[in-house]
This record gives sequence, C-alpha cells and structure tokens, in this order.
Amino acid sequence: MTAYDAIVELNDHTHWAFGTGFDDPLAGIDTSVPPGTDTAEQCLALGDDALIMSHRLAEWCTNAPELEDEVALANLALDLLGQARLLLSRAAQARGDGETEDTLAYLRAEHEFHNVRLAELPRGDFAHEIARLLVFSTWRLAVLERLVDAPDPVLAAIAAKGVKELTYHREYAAGWTVRLGDGTDFSHGRMAAALEAVWPYVDELFDSREARDEFDAAIRQVLEEATLAVPDVSSAARVAGKAGRDGVHTEAMGYLLAEMQSVARAHPGATW
Amino acid sequence: MTEHGDERSREERSRRERSELASERSERPVASAPPAGAHESTGAAIKQNWPLFEVFVRSKRGLNHVHVGSLHAADADMALHHARDLYTRRNEGVSIWVVRSDAITASSPDEKDPFFAPSGDKVYRHPTFYEIPDGVPHI
Repeated sequence: MTAYDAIVELNDHTHWAFGTGFDDPLAGIDTSVPPGTDTAEQCLALGDDALIMSHRLAEWCTNAPELEDEVALANLALDLLGQARLLLSRAAQARGDGETEDTLAYLRAEHEFHNVRLAELPRGDFAHEIARLLVFSTWRLAVLERLVDAPDPVLAAIAAKGVKELTYHREYAAGWTVRLGDGTDFSHGRMAAALEAVWPYVDELFDSREARDEFDAAIRQVLEEATLAVPDVSSAARVAGKAGRDGVHTEAMGYLLAEMQSVARAHPGATW
Repeated sequence: MTEHGDERSREERSRRERSELASERSERPVASAPPAGAHESTGAAIKQNWPLFEVFVRSKRGLNHVHVGSLHAADADMALHHARDLYTRRNEGVSIWVVRSDAITASSPDEKDPFFAPSGDKVYRHPTFYEIPDGVPHI
C-alpha cells in the first residue's frame, strides 16, 4: 500500500483512461421470487411505463432544438430503457410462463400493455415533452422511493437504482420548466399550454394519497418558481372506468407499438 | 415549418456548429464566442445567445480535472448539466468544472518560441539525479 493507492481507485481495466468500474445493479441479490407477492404485476406495469416513455423520449433523436438537449433526452430514454429491461425480465421470471423481456416488449398486443396513458401521448413540442417529463419523473420518483424496501429484493434493487436516475430526470425537467415558464411571454404561454395538455392524465397515475401529496408539493414548488399555475382542467375520460393500467389506451398507442414492434414481428426470433 | 424543414435546418446548423468548433480549436489562440453578425440565419443567432463553455472532468482514477471538450449552454448551471449528459455518459467522471470559453486567456502559437523554447535545454531542472524509492509509482 503506497500513498497513491489511497487516493486512486484502482481496478483491473487500466487500459481505459476513463469509464471503468461499472456496477451491476443486481449484484449479490437473491433472485428467487418470494411467494405471495404481486411482483409480476408490479414489475410489468412499471416496466411498461418505462418502455413506452423511453420510446417517446428516443423519438427526440435528430429532433431536439439543441444538440446538447438531444443527447440529454437520449440519456433519459436509455435510463428508462434500462429500467424497463430489468423490470420486464423480472416480470417474466415471476410469471414463469416462458415469456422473456423481449417477448413481453415486442410480442404483446395493445390491450396487454399496462402503462399509464401519459407515457404514450404522441410527441408534441419541446415544452410538451418537458411538461410530460416533469409529471412522469416526479410521479415515478415518488413511486420508486416507496419500493426501495419492497418485499421482492430484485424490485427493491431496481427501485434503488431508479431513484438516482429519476432524481436527475426531475431536475432536468424542472430546470427547463422554470426556464420556459419564467422566460419570455411566448415561452411562458407555450409551457402553460403544454402543462394543460398533459394534466388530464395526472389523476390516473395515483393509487396512493401519500404519493399524490408528495407529487403535488414537488410540482407546486417548481411551478411557483416558473410563474405557472397548476392547470385547472378535468381528467381525461376513462373507458367504462378503465385506463392505461387496465390495458385501455389512447389512439396513439397502436401507432407507437406498430413502429416499436415492427422489426421483431417482421423477423421473428432474429438475432444480431 | 414542416418536420423535414426542421430537420434540414437543424442538420445545417449542427454542421455549421461543428465547423465553428473545429475552426475555433485549430485557429483561434484565444477561445471566444463567434463574433456577432458573422452568421445570418436564426439558428446561428440562437447559438450566439448561448455562449461556449469549456468542460473539465476529473475521472475516478484521475487526480486533477482534464479538459474534455466544449459545449453551448445558456448559463453555467445549464452548462454543468449538459456536461454531465455529454461527457460523463460512460462512467468517466466524479467531478465537473465548466468555464466560459471567453474567460480563458490562452497563449498564442506565434509566441511559441519565446514562451517555450528557452526551457528546452535546461536539463538540470528535471529531478533526474535522484534515486526514486520503490514504493513511489507514477513518476
């Protein structure tokens, strides 16, 4: 042990100057499925949210207003895709019916997806994406924080990893909400319109009062700084009382799946 | 504007940006924002409103911050976030510094000889006459 060892984090990848020491989020965790939990349903729903939101964020590649924000949005999409893979893999394992993360993502029909409708809304302008991201990340952060000590150790580990990612997603969205809301009259108007467009899909996100209160407090703080008001709009209609979590989706969902699943369906079982 | 129009102007803009950055790096001894009025399109005008920042990252194994590149941002806080997104995607860093490019004063290539040549023959300035103990690496 020399003086240098104490301040330098040594590892086996000395040929890389940067970018070493990656972690496996599931390292050392017991992956057997605990009996009597609803892990399969929970992982499927949260995995679907992440997958569909990731797909919408990825649509900003080559379309963002600035190169720097394009990479930023793609990073967020990749974070969520990573969560989706872990969650769908876990859901498949818990179901034990021969499904895999790939068959769940690429070979299910629209009514078999349980994501919230907020995630599938078609891509609007940049303000719309920021509004959606603010709502989505604030809500998901509140949900994952409550799952960090879930009875299923794998779900708990995925949640712990997700909390760090979502904290950054919310910070990114909040930063842009304030910039646009407290910017020019034009940007303020666009941001207010965007919030109004996504707000009808907020109510169906929550099944816990506690998480809703935390969400409301966080959003209020951001909107105050952005000189924006919480939109006063009614919730999007459900179909016979059903919404995204029940497999009832908006018109946009079919188009999204058609694109997302086209390669996997055209070349079944293909590998590359 | 149509989506395709957007894409075209965006491509054009990013091409211009790349060439701007390239020329800045190779030609300008003093890093600075592009001169006002140098470009005519709105894309360039927006770029002029977003100043250039230089990014320094300290890696996990590194002892000091190293210059890794530059980016555009509206202010220092946004530059820090952009730097996180652009330059630490592969687990590179544990700390980031950003500084506005026009705040950096750099030496000029024209002064290379008077600046640096005089130290070229002063071998006695190197500690080559000491014996280095076995337990001291990285020298």
